[in-house]
Amino acid sequence: MNAPISIPETVPDNTNRLAAIAAGEPFTSEIHPELDQEQSCLETRNFNLHYGAKQALFDINFKVPKGKVTALVGPSGCGKSTLLRCVNRINDLIDIVKIDGEMTLEGDSIYAPGVDVIELRKRMGMVFQKPNPFPMSIYENVVYSLRIDGENNKKVLDEVCERSLRGGAIWDEVKDRLHESALGLSGGQQQRLCIARAIAAEPEVLLMDEPCSALDPIATLKIENLLEDLKGQYTVFIVTHNMQQASRASDYTAFMYLGRLIEYGPTPTIFQKPHLQETLDYVTGRFG
Amino acid sequence: MNDTQTSSDKQSSVPATRRRISSPAASLISRAEPALWLTGGSMVLCMVMIISLLSFVFYNGTKTFWPVPIVEATLHDGTVHMGEVTRRGTFIPPASRLDEMPESFRKVVEDNDGEASRKLIRTGNFRVSGEHFNWVADFEVAEGGLKEPEWAVLLERLTWGRFYGTPLKFQIGEEVVADTPEATWEQFKSHHGEVRERRERRRKLEKKGLGKLNHAMEKRRLAIRQTELEFGKDSDEYRKVVEDNRQPLDTLSQKYDALVKEIQALDQENARFVMTMQTASGQDVDIHVSEIVRAYPANRLNAGNKVGIYISRWIEYLTSEPREANSEGGVWPAIFGTVLMTLIMALLVSPIGVLAALYLREYAKPGPIVTVVRIAINNLAGVPSIVFGVFGLGFFCYIMGGTIDEIFFSEKLPSPTFGTGGILWAALTLALLTLPVVIVATEEALAAVPNSMREGSYACGASKWQTIKRIVIPRAMPGVMTGMILSMARGAGEVAPLMLVGAVKLAPELPFDSYAPFLHLERSFMHLGFHIYDLGFQSQNSEAAKPMVYTTTFLLILIIFLLNLTGVGIRAKLKKRFKGSAV
Ligand SMILES: Nc1ncnc2c1ncn2[C@@H]1O[C@H](COP(=O)(O)OP(=O)(O)O)[C@@H](O)[C@H]1O
Ligand SMILES: [Mg+2]
Repeated sequence: MNAPISIPETVPDNTNRLAAIAAGEPFTSEIHPELDQEQSCLETRNFNLHYGAKQALFDINFKVPKGKVTALVGPSGCGKSTLLRCVNRINDLIDIVKIDGEMTLEGDSIYAPGVDVIELRKRMGMVFQKPNPFPMSIYENVVYSLRIDGENNKKVLDEVCERSLRGGAIWDEVKDRLHESALGLSGGQQQRLCIARAIAAEPEVLLMDEPCSALDPIATLKIENLLEDLKGQYTVFIVTHNMQQASRASDYTAFMYLGRLIEYGPTPTIFQKPHLQETLDYVTGRFG
Repeated sequence: MNDTQTSSDKQSSVPATRRRISSPAASLISRAEPALWLTGGSMVLCMVMIISLLSFVFYNGTKTFWPVPIVEATLHDGTVHMGEVTRRGTFIPPASRLDEMPESFRKVVEDNDGEASRKLIRTGNFRVSGEHFNWVADFEVAEGGLKEPEWAVLLERLTWGRFYGTPLKFQIGEEVVADTPEATWEQFKSHHGEVRERRERRRKLEKKGLGKLNHAMEKRRLAIRQTELEFGKDSDEYRKVVEDNRQPLDTLSQKYDALVKEIQALDQENARFVMTMQTASGQDVDIHVSEIVRAYPANRLNAGNKVGIYISRWIEYLTSEPREANSEGGVWPAIFGTVLMTLIMALLVSPIGVLAALYLREYAKPGPIVTVVRIAINNLAGVPSIVFGVFGLGFFCYIMGGTIDEIFFSEKLPSPTFGTGGILWAALTLALLTLPVVIVATEEALAAVPNSMREGSYACGASKWQTIKRIVIPRAMPGVMTGMILSMARGAGEVAPLMLVGAVKLAPELPFDSYAPFLHLERSFMHLGFHIYDLGFQSQNSEAAKPMVYTTTFLLILIIFLLNLTGVGIRAKLKKRFKGSAV
């Protein structure tokens, strides 16, 4: 973590509020007014999630603005991945998950009964924490989402493949070996391939769960540069552990703690003068 | 206990590292790593057992066909035994015989705790002596009575097994063309080739030519019979069919007669070549050259000759059909049956097993029912294989086969077509037997597919089945292959259930031939495993069959090994697709 190291002698005055959250007292998220002017792509209302008896998300009310990069930060285990995985309903695969509240994509409810989950997922792309290329060629990896839709026109596939790989900033490295196994790529290349795969189907929102955490610094740098390229092209919702990454690549930053959304606002404000002391403590590395 | 006590007492004064070395038990643990010895020792034990078993089979299996010298043993009482020494051993001669043996021998025997040494001589000549083998004790042999006669010749015959003797004279028709061993042998060598060629031609004519004609005639007769059944004997249709078929049937039977004549001519020509052999006891025996498969003067062979005989015996063994109640000739039908049955079995078991495993691992909700099913499958692997045989006989042969016969082959009843043991039912029975292996291996392979890949696929908008088909199965394929390899190894080596559902001692036809539909899955078949059992335990001439048991065992192991190797090769190829430098 690239935050100032200076740890204040005096205990910060937020201990009480954090303790209150830990004790389960009700809490209202601090949402900056700038967000009201944004057109929303993704929205949640009173969103709660339980893993069995354990609650992981508490009354999340928030929105991801269209065409912007939104970063989600917070200490480990605070529910960032959980929230992200709710968006494309990958959490449905876990039997014990119980959800209540509302979530919408472009106004369409995600959790309403009768929603076609598969059609829903086709509107999003997702990049996982660990690169997960499929056991097939680079080419087939990229066009996977088209293949499963039954697209077999070589011209279309070739075009999408090239465009996506360029979008993933990996075209030049793999253009001569498109038909070799994707598992032969390095970790960083694999992750950029996964990004290319995720944008191949022109998703309405791109979900990323700590896409750099399993990579070495050079690969991380490449992906961060790529994130800046993606900014402005896609609606991106990215979970990150890295404050620098969040501050550099995102337009908005949300801070989560213990399953609650604490503060959410424009990235510069969150990093320089957040409304809450806890947020400042976290982004400056005083806890977390 | 005491040890730890003392070491903890010392703790205060002695530094930690030195204290550990001072305790002998601890030092053993820290230096010699007992777990290494334990695990390594078990491994060595396994290797020793497996390697000694395999080398035993290999040694005995490969030496069967090596030509050995022929000995002639003349006993005190004047009896002569000639043949190959196949075994040596000791026995305790009865007291009455001790008295009659020479002084020198008696002493040796007495020094040896009353045990005398003896040899088992394969004397052949069953029709002359009524014995295939004779035990000859060393003390029975007369002074200087053990020789290796130069012109002792071994004949391997089509019938009646081996013959050991000295060539006496060679006759072509009435004319005697040789009357010394050497000249006779030369004559034999120069004529054996052509006689054998004629015999081969005759066999082909009989099998292929006559068989084809028979098949064609049978088809026309069946057509006539069918019309008769349908329209009655004095209908126009019947008369028309009979009329239509008269000409072709006549032509066919003329061809048939011509072929039979040709065969008889070949037989007559061959019958003119006769070699007279003298047995060790001085009897003359006339032997038709056409009866002789292979002959060699065992004591006149150089290394090259021996290798040649060895190879020719192997070729005969691998490519020809068995003779003499399976104890001679080849095992080609059994090789064919084993491989075909195993492949059919693999073809049947893998789709069923893989689909079942897919359901268990990918679709079924984990819970008590799935657990019970899984336990049941694992227990299935522990059911004795003969039980599967009984089930196969009852269910596949009688119920399924019987029903098929009633529906499709009613004209052949009461003789069963599918309603009895056959290669298909055997393959199905073994498929059932090896099902747990495939299911368990496939389930493990499926479980090893990383969840992240599944999630990735779902996130791309794939359905469950698309994910399974495009990601999970390809990725699990090497593991599925492992299951198939294991099941083939298990299935190819299984014998007990096969005896009930279709493996036979001698199958009249291969399950594959040139008549449609080419693959005759209802036919019974020969199997190497059953062949081993039959040779070893059912053979009249068990002493002669014994080396063949080893050779057949060796061959079966080799075939299973080759089948596995193919599987491993395919698996390696599959695995290569998923390899790559991660990160
Ligand atoms: N599959 C699961 N089953 C039960 N609890 C889970 C599961 N996944 C995550 N959790 C719990 O939910 C909480 C949030 O986890 P997560 O969303 O992964 O946190 P983050 O991504 O912020 O580090 C954690 O306390 C974790 O223990
Ligand atoms: Mg996480």
